[in-house]
Amino acid sequence: MSTPTQESPAAAAAHPERAGRITTADARLYGPGRSTAPETMTGSQAIVRSLEELGVTDVFGIPGGAILPTYDPLMDSPVINHILVRHEQGAGHAAQGYAMATGKVGVCFATSGPGATNLVTPLADAHMDSVPMVAITGQVNASVIGTDAFQEADIVGIATPITKHTFLVTDADEIPQVMAEAFHIASSGRPGPVLVDITKSAQAATTTFSWPPRLGLAGYKPVTRGHAKQIREAARMIAAAHRPVFYIGGGIIKAEAHQEFRELAETAGAPVVNTLMARGAFPDSHPLNVGMPGMHGSVSAVAALQQADLLITLGARFDDRVTGQLDTFAPEAKVIHADIDPAEISKNRYADVPIVGSLEAIIPELTAALREVTASTGAPDYSPWWTRLNRLRETYPLGWTEPEDGKIAPQKVIQRIGEASGPEAVYAAGVGQHQMWAAQFIGYERPRQWLNSGGLGTMGYAVPAAMGAAVGNPDRTVWAIDGDGCFQMTNQELATCAINKIPIKVAVINNSSLGMVRQWQTLFYESRYSNTHLNTAVSPSGEQVVRIPDFVALAEAYGCAGLRCEREEDIDSVIAQALEINDRPVVIDFVVSRDSMVWPMVPAGVSNSDIQVARNLTPDFDEED
Amino acid sequence: MPAADAGPEARRTLSVLVEDVPGVLAKVSGLFARRAFNIHSLAVGPSEVQGLSRITVVVDADPHLLEQITKQLNKLINVIKIIELEPAASVQREHLLIKVRADAAARLQVTQAVELFRAKIVDVSTDSLTVEATGAADKLDALLSVLEPFGVREIVRSGTLAISRGAKSMTDKAFK
Repeated sequence: MSTPTQESPAAAAAHPERAGRITTADARLYGPGRSTAPETMTGSQAIVRSLEELGVTDVFGIPGGAILPTYDPLMDSPVINHILVRHEQGAGHAAQGYAMATGKVGVCFATSGPGATNLVTPLADAHMDSVPMVAITGQVNASVIGTDAFQEADIVGIATPITKHTFLVTDADEIPQVMAEAFHIASSGRPGPVLVDITKSAQAATTTFSWPPRLGLAGYKPVTRGHAKQIREAARMIAAAHRPVFYIGGGIIKAEAHQEFRELAETAGAPVVNTLMARGAFPDSHPLNVGMPGMHGSVSAVAALQQADLLITLGARFDDRVTGQLDTFAPEAKVIHADIDPAEISKNRYADVPIVGSLEAIIPELTAALREVTASTGAPDYSPWWTRLNRLRETYPLGWTEPEDGKIAPQKVIQRIGEASGPEAVYAAGVGQHQMWAAQFIGYERPRQWLNSGGLGTMGYAVPAAMGAAVGNPDRTVWAIDGDGCFQMTNQELATCAINKIPIKVAVINNSSLGMVRQWQTLFYESRYSNTHLNTAVSPSGEQVVRIPDFVALAEAYGCAGLRCEREEDIDSVIAQALEINDRPVVIDFVVSRDSMVWPMVPAGVSNSDIQVARNLTPDFDEED
Repeated sequence: MPAADAGPEARRTLSVLVEDVPGVLAKVSGLFARRAFNIHSLAVGPSEVQGLSRITVVVDADPHLLEQITKQLNKLINVIKIIELEPAASVQREHLLIKVRADAAARLQVTQAVELFRAKIVDVSTDSLTVEATGAADKLDALLSVLEPFGVREIVRSGTLAISRGAKSMTDKAFK
């Protein structure tokens, strides 16, 4: 078993943003690495002390019976800022937003039973999107576990399938070790959520605390170094390919490998597509970027994958929203697949060259190997490939048609928000049409600029995730780009934001509908709008104004600034007004057309080659210049 | 083309070394359920190393699925080591207890069948015998079909236990 190791000084100098963070998977201990002499204290105090030693400064949660003992010493912690949320789901998504925006482990607290079950959605969400997060839940006294005690739920059993790992702690002596293991598991290898369920009796018991604890985890050894022979083979394939594409996923951001990747992409000169989870991992403004692939990807990105003869897949997982019908996906391509999780390799698509390891180690080695190969063979000529992709990029840029009902185009609102706030802001989206438009029409230039619920697709993610991101990044402007449906699922956290002076800005893209479902009803269910009218702007017929709730009044009731924008000519001034308000959260009710649809679109279950740029309009891929 | 030639589906035996902690069996069996892997049998008990349990699991899988099963199991933090035990390079046994009807008229025939299979009678009552047998699954199936006509009242099978041939130990390999 290896001992705790800090990153080497040379590596830290090359990456100042990583200074002080332990990034290698050999590292066993998260946090600043202090050590302390043994001290007698309660289990609750040991929990709080462990968090302090792990370097935690912000925690989101709500107390309740079974976690009460721990909230008492928490009150005295000089370093831990506990943010009292209004619903445990908000705590979980806030921890996710915090983790995604900062790269640190997000932490949330909840009590037993309903407190813990309210964390289920964020845990599942973090598991799907590989978000490092530790959830600490109180459990009933060990002596009554299994008796259907008040507020008892088997949260370890419930959370096991939707977390990277779960712990049940019944002995106070185990607390420091379990806490350190939880943070190590959450943050290393393929990151993910870890649940630590601690009985009230263990919190109340007396124990001896010392730091650092010795870590167990005999079965946990994430692979970090890619296989050198496979890396050389990958380099040879890139040099020999005619139509290669870098298909990059969220793993680039998790591995903090965006700079290394940029160097690789520029060395190869091959096109790059970045998935929904990788928006910002490679700058949108970069000439090698041909866009986002997938169900609502750009034509050039989808076509690049479909027509490629080589996919260089880095930290992506061939999700069905990217591949469409799997057996027709990228039919001519060989596949290089590098990922830290061996189980992703050849899970959905066979990998001709599998490389298991950390991208932060693999990518520079691949760049060096590629330089070595091209030094002898000469740089490959991808110019016919670029001619083809450039034609598609120019012929089918992302865009939208103006609505016919006189209402604002939602795409325009989102694009103007992105232009007004720039890449230094953080954008968190909910799930649905507004999420896709936010992915399409905001320019992403840096990692951790874009937060969303990609894998699980959790409506209600935006407001609490934006709150968490703002706590982690107090100096950045943080936007929640939300829908009127999503916003009503978690907007109670506006109270948390107002009271704690977390000045997020919420743009409610209000089409008075569950917009993405409505879009599918329009396209696939003969415009029969079953249960998708929300009455947040107009009546179902579209004839009367109905605002239930009135989002401006709701914002004001929560101590936030409430603004409304219903005319295209007001978009810029309302955004400017929102950007001026920094002493409290702002909610803007952008009343937009409900007929706007997300294009391009690959209908579910068909080949990506059948992508439509507008309804029933398939691009011409084969036209020669 | 999800995978290269997936090969035929067959019964395969995995030996899984796990930390002996509460909930570990639920974690392993839950993984099979949620990933829709088909378990044929599963047997668990202590290993020669204190704190480690050994699970023998028999699955129906083609090579591609078997690789996924192994990788997903390896992701479980409490799983230390997984090996596939090929029938030719391992000893695989199952334990069977059968309660069979055997009145005075039938008793002799049942006893003879039991002897032929080198099984043992472990309990006797006026109209039944309880038989214990150990062996490969197909041998136990054959015994069952011979006893069936007498009237089988109860069957308990252990699931396959398997161990590699030769001197090496799975726990040696795990901690090298």
